[in-house]
Amino acid sequence: MKKDIILAGVGGQGILTIAATIGLAAVSKGLYLKQAEVHGMSQRGGAVQSHLRLSSSPIHSDLIPRGKADMIIAVEPMESIRYIPMLSPDGWLITNNTPYVNIPGYPDMNALLPEIRSHHNHIIIDAEQTARDIGSKRSANMVTLGAALPFLEIEMKHLEDALRQLFGHKGEEMVQTNLKALEGGKKATREYQEG
Amino acid sequence: MQKLLLLGDEAIAQGAIDSGLSGIYAYPGTPSTEITEYVIRNKEAREKKIRASWSANEKTAMEAALGMSYAGKRAMVCMKHVGLNVAADAFLNSAITGANGGLIVVSADDPSMHSSQNEQDSRFYGQFAMIPVLEPSNQQEAYDMVRYGFEISEKYGTPVMMRITTRLAHSRSGIIRKEGVGQNSLKLPEDLTQYILLPSLARKRYQLLLENQGVFKKESGNSGYNRFFDGEDKKRGIITTGIAYNYLMENFPEGSLKNPVLKITQYPLPEKMVRKVYEACDEILVIEEGYPLVEDMLKGFLNTGKPVHGRMDGTLPRTGELTPDIVEKAVKEGPDDEQKVSDLVQVRPPKLCKGCSHMDSFRALNAALEEYSKGRVFSDIGCYTLSAMKPLESINSCVDMGASVTMAVGAADAGLVPAVAAIGDSTFTHSGMTGLLDAVISDSPITVLILDNSTTAMTGGQPSAALGKLEDICKGIGVKEEHIHVINPIPKEHDKNVKIIREELEHPGISVVIPRRECIQTLAKRMKAKRKVRQEKQS
Ligand SMILES: Cc1ncc(C[n+]2csc(CCOP(=O)(O)OP(=O)(O)O)c2C)c(N)n1
Ligand code: SF4
Repeated sequence: MKKDIILAGVGGQGILTIAATIGLAAVSKGLYLKQAEVHGMSQRGGAVQSHLRLSSSPIHSDLIPRGKADMIIAVEPMESIRYIPMLSPDGWLITNNTPYVNIPGYPDMNALLPEIRSHHNHIIIDAEQTARDIGSKRSANMVTLGAALPFLEIEMKHLEDALRQLFGHKGEEMVQTNLKALEGGKKATREYQEG
Repeated sequence: MQKLLLLGDEAIAQGAIDSGLSGIYAYPGTPSTEITEYVIRNKEAREKKIRASWSANEKTAMEAALGMSYAGKRAMVCMKHVGLNVAADAFLNSAITGANGGLIVVSADDPSMHSSQNEQDSRFYGQFAMIPVLEPSNQQEAYDMVRYGFEISEKYGTPVMMRITTRLAHSRSGIIRKEGVGQNSLKLPEDLTQYILLPSLARKRYQLLLENQGVFKKESGNSGYNRFFDGEDKKRGIITTGIAYNYLMENFPEGSLKNPVLKITQYPLPEKMVRKVYEACDEILVIEEGYPLVEDMLKGFLNTGKPVHGRMDGTLPRTGELTPDIVEKAVKEGPDDEQKVSDLVQVRPPKLCKGCSHMDSFRALNAALEEYSKGRVFSDIGCYTLSAMKPLESINSCVDMGASVTMAVGAADAGLVPAVAAIGDSTFTHSGMTGLLDAVISDSPITVLILDNSTTAMTGGQPSAALGKLEDICKGIGVKEEHIHVINPIPKEHDKNVKIIREELEHPGISVVIPRRECIQTLAKRMKAKRKVRQEKQS
């Protein structure tokens, strides 16, 4: 098994938490893992990405080769297409649809959404809405991860394990909220695919 | 042993904790910061009473680590590559004094300048100092090499450099820990004149360092960290350094690489191993993360030997970080069908947070400077450097930590009056204070803005050594009290702040204005921690 994943978003949107969740789940499943993160300057509201590589055999490079990623998981729509050259032609593009506008000249959504849809395998969800529905506005990142789960081949029990390690010290309620966010994202993908 | 999921930086920290570390000294700097942060937060490190906290700058950190090594204990000092410029005096001389307890200097380079002013390659400093340099190719090696580094440091009585780059520092992987070893006990050097670098004594120590070069080279050949993998296709031999090896192997799954490969992770270069590849192959390709150090050595000035390819002849780009794709182009022929990024995608550079105090400080400064010609604001390194961007466009320089004050002095000497220095609180105590002393002595007509957000924000909010001390420091250095002003950088105080800055710009001597308001990220973190304590008390 091999899954090369690009996580994309804007500094402060919580992609490192997505990365940590998948990472810990992968370790719990006994997979090899490399996960290149962006720290430093770009975290101040700049574009950030993380390369996450899971495999059942040892991994060499910390970076994913261009055109080889199996998946892009983006918490922001413009950021989702920034990394399309990294994606393999049959890879999945999974993105939240809420724009994070902190620059002049942010593209028109009427142009952006068709661009995303032009990629054969894509999922667009409203992660903010789902997060609000479950009563946890700040969980849009976990909802977006949930939307990617159907393509990830990591069982729920490993993810639950990871969430316990990450949030357990903040109480069981936090763990349950995050689980709900994952389920909410999964459901959004199902609904998107059913149209 | 248990498997941990660690950043390269954290692997180094854990490696040190498990290898008898007694103290870690550092000034924050991307991508090295997480090494020291890990030790500071680590419970086991606290139980072992490992000394872990931030120093005022890299030079003081280097010297303190050298002092701990003098006393026989294992010490580590960490910095980003440009930090080594600041520590260079102590660093180069430590190669002459030698080490007593194990001493590892970690310097983290930033090729492609993700968060830096340049992409200098620390290996040159290692070569300059003539000490062993370790350049791990992955996180596990980083962990293991810390143990090994302390061992050879003590065996040969030399400081050892560990050179890493951003990608390794900030990438996570599974680490298998080793059985821990205890700390050294206090034990001074046998020769109590060893560290006195008076010329007569220094000459002897320098001679010893020169004699050790052969031993260091032998160690590089025998340690097992430099490895040779033979291959049948002798048309081209490949030499990789550090993490470049991974990018090469990524392109050749499961034994499909037919060329001989020499994987370098330890310097000085192992002469026998290099000679073996060079002699066996028709030409050499050098793939290294950083400057073309090995390539240049192999080529030599006259370039009369076999063809050597790499960054200098365009086989690989001259600048920037390597990637598997860049390396692929150098080792494989194939179609170049690169997909372009959509035109819809805009650049999204970092910027000051909404509500950041620096924003109000620079708005006030901009207004106060309106009546003067442009180009008077010398600045420094920190979040506030982002004021160079639109909409503020406030500053005209950012060179090295502390340079704002002294460049303003020089420009004022040349006749640019008034000249302004804008420097962060942490940068000020790092290396702005001595420049301020110069300014006081020459009574330069400059206005120094010390932007006090009560933290070292750019690198993630480490405590600032300046906290609660700024006015006293300025007074102590000799700035007159009536020309030291603390202002509150909030929109409501804008007019008042402009007036104060304007008046000080007109003052023909040195003045200091301190806009003081906590960084909103640090404030939020502090409030969260406070809430947590309150909640814990209640339950
Ligand atoms: C010699 C050197 N050491 C460390 C750094 C990394 N560095 C850049 S900015 C910064 C923090 C500056 O803090 P401060 O001056 O308080 O400004 P703030 O970011 O809080 O606005 C550090 C440590 C550097 N660029 N150069
Ligand atoms: S982290 Fe703090 S100092 Fe830096 S931009 Fe944000 S608020 Fe300003």
